[in-house]
Amino acid sequence: MAVLHINPTRMELTQIKRRLITAKRGHKLLKDKRDELVRQFMLLVRENLDLRKQMEGELGFALKDFALARAVMEPGALRQALLYPARQASIKVGRRNILSVRVPEFKVDEGSLGETVLPYGMAETSAQLDNAIATMARALPRLIALAEKEKTVSLLADEIQKTRRRVNALEYVMIPQFEETIRYITMKLEENERGALTRLMKVKDMLAERAT
Amino acid sequence: MKHMSDKLRIGVVGEEEAILAFRAIGAIAVPAVTGEEVTAALFKLSRDKVPVIFITEQAARMAPEALVRYETTPEVAVIPVPGIMGTDGFGEARVHENVIKAIGADIVIDQEKREG
Repeated sequence: MAVLHINPTRMELTQIKRRLITAKRGHKLLKDKRDELVRQFMLLVRENLDLRKQMEGELGFALKDFALARAVMEPGALRQALLYPARQASIKVGRRNILSVRVPEFKVDEGSLGETVLPYGMAETSAQLDNAIATMARALPRLIALAEKEKTVSLLADEIQKTRRRVNALEYVMIPQFEETIRYITMKLEENERGALTRLMKVKDMLAERAT
Repeated sequence: MKHMSDKLRIGVVGEEEAILAFRAIGAIAVPAVTGEEVTAALFKLSRDKVPVIFITEQAARMAPEALVRYETTPEVAVIPVPGIMGTDGFGEARVHENVIKAIGADIVIDQEKREG
């Protein structure tokens, strides 16, 4: 591991030592953060997969109903019937904080959950369409729940990746680099001290020789 | 519970037949089939501050780079859903990709595989 390019002085040594302590502290904190993020992530990912399976089934039903409705109705009539939706699927968005990762929180607006109001007349539409819309409306809360979970999982995954990289950078690059530099400076300083000592002894010898 | 925003609508992008179902419950439906159409639709919806956009898997496959764009933004959630042909595993694969990204290996085994 490369030694940092700095002057081997006592002042630099103190500074590097201080930086090493900070790095080690940061490393420990980030490692804890990563572990907790991973724990939460694993819980959420399981829920996400289960929700997705359920949603895929439910939506499959709803879309099949729609296919049926399409089969018995004129395409133009169907489009016309749905031109103006009676219900406005709306949601409210909040924010939640998981270890300073800001994740969204979705809530289906109660207004869009109420009894199905059919937006069209009875004359030109089929009963299959009514069914299809009802199934779709029932699937909505699960769809929104899935959206929330999936977004959370994706944001957490990103944060975990970032944190893991930081932890590794500290553990395998910065901390060893600091330790190496500290050793280098200490050795250099000791060497200087020995050099000075030898010089002194030599001078003393020379002076003694001259005196005799 | 934190502060909640006002009512916001949901969006849906995909083939005409599939998004009709979403339009029936009041989502903003934007038909899109080609990659360019999908990208444009996602951009338009996200600019209109639609927080949740469902996209059919078939359409999502057309514009993977557009999906990546919105992956890390907390404001917009782009969620693949099965189209009329049923699911082709794209959405699930994305979840597994997230696991690999976070942990380094896919350690979440499917319930069915676990039992089977």
